[in-house]
Amino acid sequence: MSSPTLPPSESFKFSMLLSDTRYRGMSLQVITFIIFMAVFFWLVDNTIKNLALLDKDVSFNFLWLRAGYDINQRLIPYTSDSTHGMAALVGILNTLLVAFVGCIIATVLGLFVGILRLSKNWIVAKLMSAYIEGFRNVPVLLWIVMVFALLTEFTPAPRAFKGAEPEATMLFFESVAITNRGTYFPAPVLAEGAYWLLLCFGLSIVAVIYFIRYANKQKKDTGKSLPTFWISVAVIIFPTLILFFAMGQPVSLEYPYLKGFNFKDGIHLRNSFLALTLALAFYTSAFIAEIVRAGIMAVSKGQSEAAASLGLRPNKIMSLIILPQALRIIVPPLISNYLNLTKNSSLAIAVGYMDVRGTLGGITLNQTGRELESMLLLMGFYLAVSLLISSFINYFNRSFQIVVR
Amino acid sequence: MKKLFLGVLTALALAAGGTFAGTLDDVKARGNLLCGVSTGAPGFATVDDSGKDVGFDVDYCRALAAAIFGDPMAVKFVGLTSAVRFTALAAGEVDILARNTTWTYSRDTDLKQTFLGVNYYDGQGFMVKKELGVKSTTELDGATVCIQVGTTTELNLADYFKENGMSYEPVPTADNAESQQQYLAGACDTYTTDASALHGTRVNLENPDDHLVLPEIISKEPLGPLVRHGDDNWADIGRWVLNALVIAEEKGITKGNIDSWKDTKDAEIHRLLGTGDDDILAMVGLPKNAMYNAIKAGGNYGEIFENNLGATSGINIERGVNASWTKGGILYSPPFR
Repeated sequence: MSSPTLPPSESFKFSMLLSDTRYRGMSLQVITFIIFMAVFFWLVDNTIKNLALLDKDVSFNFLWLRAGYDINQRLIPYTSDSTHGMAALVGILNTLLVAFVGCIIATVLGLFVGILRLSKNWIVAKLMSAYIEGFRNVPVLLWIVMVFALLTEFTPAPRAFKGAEPEATMLFFESVAITNRGTYFPAPVLAEGAYWLLLCFGLSIVAVIYFIRYANKQKKDTGKSLPTFWISVAVIIFPTLILFFAMGQPVSLEYPYLKGFNFKDGIHLRNSFLALTLALAFYTSAFIAEIVRAGIMAVSKGQSEAAASLGLRPNKIMSLIILPQALRIIVPPLISNYLNLTKNSSLAIAVGYMDVRGTLGGITLNQTGRELESMLLLMGFYLAVSLLISSFINYFNRSFQIVVR
Repeated sequence: MKKLFLGVLTALALAAGGTFAGTLDDVKARGNLLCGVSTGAPGFATVDDSGKDVGFDVDYCRALAAAIFGDPMAVKFVGLTSAVRFTALAAGEVDILARNTTWTYSRDTDLKQTFLGVNYYDGQGFMVKKELGVKSTTELDGATVCIQVGTTTELNLADYFKENGMSYEPVPTADNAESQQQYLAGACDTYTTDASALHGTRVNLENPDDHLVLPEIISKEPLGPLVRHGDDNWADIGRWVLNALVIAEEKGITKGNIDSWKDTKDAEIHRLLGTGDDDILAMVGLPKNAMYNAIKAGGNYGEIFENNLGATSGINIERGVNASWTKGGILYSPPFR
């Protein structure tokens, strides 16, 4: 047997880096990387040189200096004596608040609108189409300004509540005041023993969670469904309510009242917050509605027909058959909408809401003149929040996906 | 959005290079001056019915343009909100900022700006609706206050209410127009900014008599034009155009009589108007008759004041401390020699 003679192995030549498919991929990557690094280095180098030319340096020390300005909405203690770092933190919390509340409202609203748009009722379906097209096709900044204008122009000033025959009155038994500076709600005041109530409430919720699990198991095993909703409501409300009266009403309400220029006490939801949150929620809900509709329509018609032939009612078909399957399609694009809402909240300055763009990227930047540093911190913040939100929802998404056995 | 855009722009401008020395050469090469002014401050920088930029700050920039080009119209006005003005200046968006900006220590040093002097001695005041019945700032405890973000007034406000043990709720706004709108809608009880701007805003309201500028002035606000650090020659030009306008008033040189000084015995006037033998303006790279052109553009300091802020303008601000030192004010220019 003569062994086949191998061709003499070619010695490596430099030109082979580009001509030989074995090396070409790698060498192209190396070249791209070198170009990228060169551009990056040039940008950084130029920035440093030009900062030096302007007699400026890069320093984050300003974060520990006294801020000197006041912020109207604070979720943590803050005064004008606090540092710029604290001001940034106040802004961050304000941003997160808008993003959180906005996402919840947008999801609930989007789900409703999306389902109703598929309604067989012609008027309802068309109304929902109008809602979606109206909000989706107008820039969100305009909606924010529009909602803010409505809230400030068409509501009475606090002064209108004054006098023997006031022009405006408080709603709901003198407890809620809607003014052009915001809406004032009664605030709960916790007295001694209130913590037991909170504990009781928490335990009720835990109990409901276990009950729902039990009910689901029952349904799987026996096919009988329990009236889960009403039992859950009863479990959440009654024990706490009974304890509330048994302990002599340890939680009272602090009503807002007019003093001087403004209402005092109570919870004050500023118009800037309301306008920003509502406008962002409405706007985003239109997108979510379309995602929901797409998700529902993607579930094959045979599924609902099969369910109907088994005798399930339309609302049961929706909640038991369609939605669980649609969720798998809905959740991934939902993430990007949550991210959009969070990032769009940086339009807050249009209505004077003090989010992180308004504090760190607005007043602090302006008072300290640290544009580069402030912008870098801001970009870092939004990047971190976006990555956190997407990894959080990706985690949930995994639990929705079909488990391949 | 504009602010964010400018912030990024600065970063890009810083990153993309470009030196700022030789601003005069850049301006000459471009053929016009880029002057940063307010987006709308009655009396200081507004647009009149015919679409022309007018105002106290505008006239200063026109004088500067006249000094450089001999043409007061060779200037492009860039409207800037209080929050973006320094960024725009640092990024080279404008050559000079004449935007009722308060001269402070940290702006002069940490923000790397060079102030050219004071063209208006101002102070922070409050405007309220008369129906509120408020007669003094001490009665403002608990009030909601409209305030432009990124201004010294914001810091003064915090300090003033703290010192006097009063509380308030700030309503931040982007510019004068937005503050005015919020104030009129009753979203805030009082609007605070420099008293001059309040007077200017008040006369332009529908019923000026329904509004009152409270008598207290809670801060010193020396307003003046400024340029960025790093080009001393450019700063000198701006500073001495301002001084020339002040000297002109002191000497009685007006837009109308400026051509009748050829035979005066006052050597300083000859140096100023370039009618003598010395050409001292060559030292900063300006033509010999630069200051003549500057004064000819809109008149001397007093005329500019009267036309934009004084009785002629309808805003009716008294000269007060802004009168020449020869008339009991504190405007005082170093000698032109």
